[in-house]
Amino acid sequence: MSMVLTAVILMAVFGAVLGAVIGIFARYFRVESDARVELVTELLPNANCGGCGKAGCADFAKAVVAGELPPGGCPVSSRETVSAIARALGIEAGEVESKVAVVLCSGDDASTREKVLYNGVNDCVSASLVAGGPKNCAYGCLGFSSCARACPFGAIEMVNSLAVVHSELCVGCGKCVDVCPRHLIKLVPANAEVNVYCSSPAKGVEKKAYCASGCIGCRKCGKAAEGKFVFNGFCASVDYNAAELPGSDVVEKSNCPSGCLRTRQGHLEKEYAERDGVTK
Amino acid sequence: MSETEKTISMPDANALLVSVSPHIHDKTGITEIMLKVMIALTPGLVAGIYYFGWRALWVTLSCMGGCVLAEALWCLLVKKPVWRTLKDCSALVTGMLLGMNLSAGVPLWICLIGSFIAIWIAKQFFGGLGHNPFNPALVARVALLLAFPGIMTTWVPTRFMNEENFSYTFEFFSPEDLEKGLAKKSFDGITCSTPLSIVSTMEKIPGKGHLAADRTSRQDNVQMWTCFIYGDKPGCLGETSGIALILGGLLLLYWRLINWRIPIFYIGTVVVLTGIIRYFAPGYTPSPMFHVFTGGLLLGAIFMATDMVTSPMTSMGCVVFGIGCGVITSCIRIFGNYPEGVSFAILLMNSLVPLIDRFCAKRPFGYVKARRKEEKKSC
Amino acid sequence: MSFGKFKVFSFSGGIHPRFDGKNLAASEAVKPAPLLEKYVLYLSQNVGKMPKLIVKTGDEVKKGQLVAGADGFVSANLHAPTSGKIGAVKNIPGANGTLTPALEIIADGKDEWGELLPALDWRTADPKVLLERVRACGIVGMGGAAFPSHVKLSPPPEKKIDTLIINGAECEPYLCADHRLMLENPEKVLIGTAICGRILGVKNMLIGVESNKKDAIAKLNEKAAEYGIKVVKLRVRYPQGAEKQLIYALTGRKVPAGGLPMETGCVVQNAGSAAAIADAVCEGKPLIERITTVSGEAVAHPGNYLVRIGTPVAKLIEWAGGEKCKTGKIVLGGPMMGFALHSPEVALSKNSSGVLLFPLKGICQYTSAGCLRCGKCVKVCPMNLIPSILASAVESGKYDLAAQNHIADCMECGSCAYVCPAERPLVQHIRRGKAELRKNKGK
Repeated sequence: MSMVLTAVILMAVFGAVLGAVIGIFARYFRVESDARVELVTELLPNANCGGCGKAGCADFAKAVVAGELPPGGCPVSSRETVSAIARALGIEAGEVESKVAVVLCSGDDASTREKVLYNGVNDCVSASLVAGGPKNCAYGCLGFSSCARACPFGAIEMVNSLAVVHSELCVGCGKCVDVCPRHLIKLVPANAEVNVYCSSPAKGVEKKAYCASGCIGCRKCGKAAEGKFVFNGFCASVDYNAAELPGSDVVEKSNCPSGCLRTRQGHLEKEYAERDGVTK
Repeated sequence: MSETEKTISMPDANALLVSVSPHIHDKTGITEIMLKVMIALTPGLVAGIYYFGWRALWVTLSCMGGCVLAEALWCLLVKKPVWRTLKDCSALVTGMLLGMNLSAGVPLWICLIGSFIAIWIAKQFFGGLGHNPFNPALVARVALLLAFPGIMTTWVPTRFMNEENFSYTFEFFSPEDLEKGLAKKSFDGITCSTPLSIVSTMEKIPGKGHLAADRTSRQDNVQMWTCFIYGDKPGCLGETSGIALILGGLLLLYWRLINWRIPIFYIGTVVVLTGIIRYFAPGYTPSPMFHVFTGGLLLGAIFMATDMVTSPMTSMGCVVFGIGCGVITSCIRIFGNYPEGVSFAILLMNSLVPLIDRFCAKRPFGYVKARRKEEKKSC
Repeated sequence: MSFGKFKVFSFSGGIHPRFDGKNLAASEAVKPAPLLEKYVLYLSQNVGKMPKLIVKTGDEVKKGQLVAGADGFVSANLHAPTSGKIGAVKNIPGANGTLTPALEIIADGKDEWGELLPALDWRTADPKVLLERVRACGIVGMGGAAFPSHVKLSPPPEKKIDTLIINGAECEPYLCADHRLMLENPEKVLIGTAICGRILGVKNMLIGVESNKKDAIAKLNEKAAEYGIKVVKLRVRYPQGAEKQLIYALTGRKVPAGGLPMETGCVVQNAGSAAAIADAVCEGKPLIERITTVSGEAVAHPGNYLVRIGTPVAKLIEWAGGEKCKTGKIVLGGPMMGFALHSPEVALSKNSSGVLLFPLKGICQYTSAGCLRCGKCVKVCPMNLIPSILASAVESGKYDLAAQNHIADCMECGSCAYVCPAERPLVQHIRRGKAELRKNKGK
């Protein structure tokens, strides 16, 4: 009986002391947390992709509550989510231009020649450290799918050792932009239908020697859509800062001789067709 | 261009291989290492076959076969290339070690179960060769020991034992013990006890127990020592012959496949610890030499603890690892309920390997001790 | 520290291949290379800043004329290897495959020297004048790193230098360019050493040679005492010629991590550079040619050639009789640290000590197998690192962990990858880790 009593008393005292300690801690070491931050975090997709420029969704929520960023700053959230957040906080949703990533290269296995056989780590940064990568083009896609692995949304697919973006899956978080050692991936406005799928400023003749679809710098596209293209060396590029982006009709109008001026859909279709052609 | 120049064959620029440096390799691959380990294990196995008959070979072969089967099945299940995984022969080594860790009398289905435990649970679940924190063969042995204690602790006598000469194996016990039938009773022609298991069932009274009178320290007890060193004693089929195992160990050392620090410090620690206990409390444990040549200490110290995957990589780490194994083994053998502690000791130390490696890493070239102290001060 | 006759000096770790390939070309005397019609000079032939081009397409140049001037202190002059016309100046893939500016020199066949700098008497000339000569002649470390020699020879005044070490170890397998140099021209190496010693004001001058070059040691020893130089036998062990390991082997001093050799009071120069310095001072010749080994199992007639900087690798292979079996890999430099070439059209630089052809059959190939944790790499690492942990940390993207394990101290000697039984590309992982860490640091 006395044993039971001792135990009960001991436990009671123990409990009381611990409770007091917890109480003190809760009182003096409290971390002020804003209920609104939690609310916003819950509404967000919580993919922690970092597309907004913050470390993660919780960080973004803090910034939104603090008024540093508009709710629309999250590139992943749907319009409904954004307006839900805005409503919850009683602020403006804010329009943020939605972007998609494009890999500006069309040098797949069918169109480029490999200069050497590469033996090493299956990763773009590693490969670029060995003889400048296995493909002849010093600017093109290396084809070791580092970007595809980095994409948290599975929007990048390797077709014929060329990275292609499925824009309907891409949210424009920009993770792939950082990992590409060739800096081929650009975030472009979502309505940029037409792109020049080549980034090499090398001379057209040189490029022709090793790549069937490299831009030769003929400037036909620039003539077809005045002022909508810029030229860097022998490489054309859509002027994404221009007031108006070229429409998909430019592709037909300019009749690009190397075929690297493509619509996003056209690019995908062409690459798939080339892959299937190769496998056949 | 002259005629000779035309015939010069130049390298094909389109078929050049590029890789990072270095461009030459030692050419000692995993397969070679594994085959060499198997060669080093062979003397022990041959001794086992010699003492326990062909049954020992069948047990080992079924373990090896079981391991290969388990590995192949796993590769099929997870769609890995079967041949490329089997090619490294690591499954064969695991099977051989497992077989040598079983009694020659175990039913063959035990081998099969053990093989699957070793390959699936202890190796492939962790990610395959190189990722397993524990020695697969030992995991299997311990799992079998816990699951089938009856089968796993039933030992068969060697071919040369019979009712008459059985006693010499146990001459380290006092004649009174034998008269009492303590040791003899366990021999019925089919099963018997190992020296260690007899020791563990004995009364342990410092200065007074049966062990106090053991005769292992007698120099003239040649017959007993020969049967110990050559291996004419019951136990796991691969662990009995000390001399064969040491021969294998020397081979491994010659090929530089194991770090000498692990077996030396392991065995050394056991000798020192049991020696101390023996000196101060003679009735508590048999002599150090008895500990070295009975049970799985030699097999464990030379082949299991030195397993590349599960032993430390740093030299200092190997010393710590060996000493740790020795301490745990001695504790289990002297104080524990189990007669044998090698498997448990190695598995326990296996779990500490990442930690050991972390704290025993050499100071990189050019780092001075003084700097470390400064760092500490600044902290 | 005693320099006993039989004592052989070394360091901990390292490897020695069972077949080191030295016998393929070690007994071949150095042959002068014929004049070519075209040479390709990469502008970037030294560590540090790329020199500035001072000629343009169409200019006539004489042999030994300056074509690119040093841009800043850590940079080296570049001279024309022969007389002729400057051809195209453009970006072409260099030895490591990345685009690098280069100029072509179309030879006129006359091979006329331009105005040479006056010869100096090194025993009496002012050390400052000697140093300026080394700088003017564009001399760099010819063993591999291509660090400008004049920078090494002008330590800041607060650093007291008491030992000069000439690196004649040539620990890389297959290569024997320095071996032949020390054997055929020991005097030049010794004079170069003495000049360096005078520039630094150092009495203790050592030449470290691996003990497998007994003939070269004997040759050097004949005259070494005259110049007050000691020739020290080193253990045959790669990477004996690595600066930090060499200093440790010879003096027992350890270069602090991340520090420069001069912090231990030592300056290390390559034997080839020493000979080039002797040429520059005694004859006024700039660095336009070097000895290069052509070797490997796939080359028909391995040999050593006195070649001009800017010679395409293909020409060297041609002189050596081409390939005798199908070539799988062409390596510029040593087999342990050299570059695998993407094309035989790459030209030699000041630091190209060898061209190696490896047969396609039996070529070493890296695999993606997992680490065995065997610890072989730990045993051989001369820097006492744990390469397997570094590599797997980089592989899983844990660059911080790699940094904690001193990835920055790795000198990429390749010993770990050489012994790895799983044939993992350890050096590539480590190199990538360093690149990523540099990138993160820049952010």
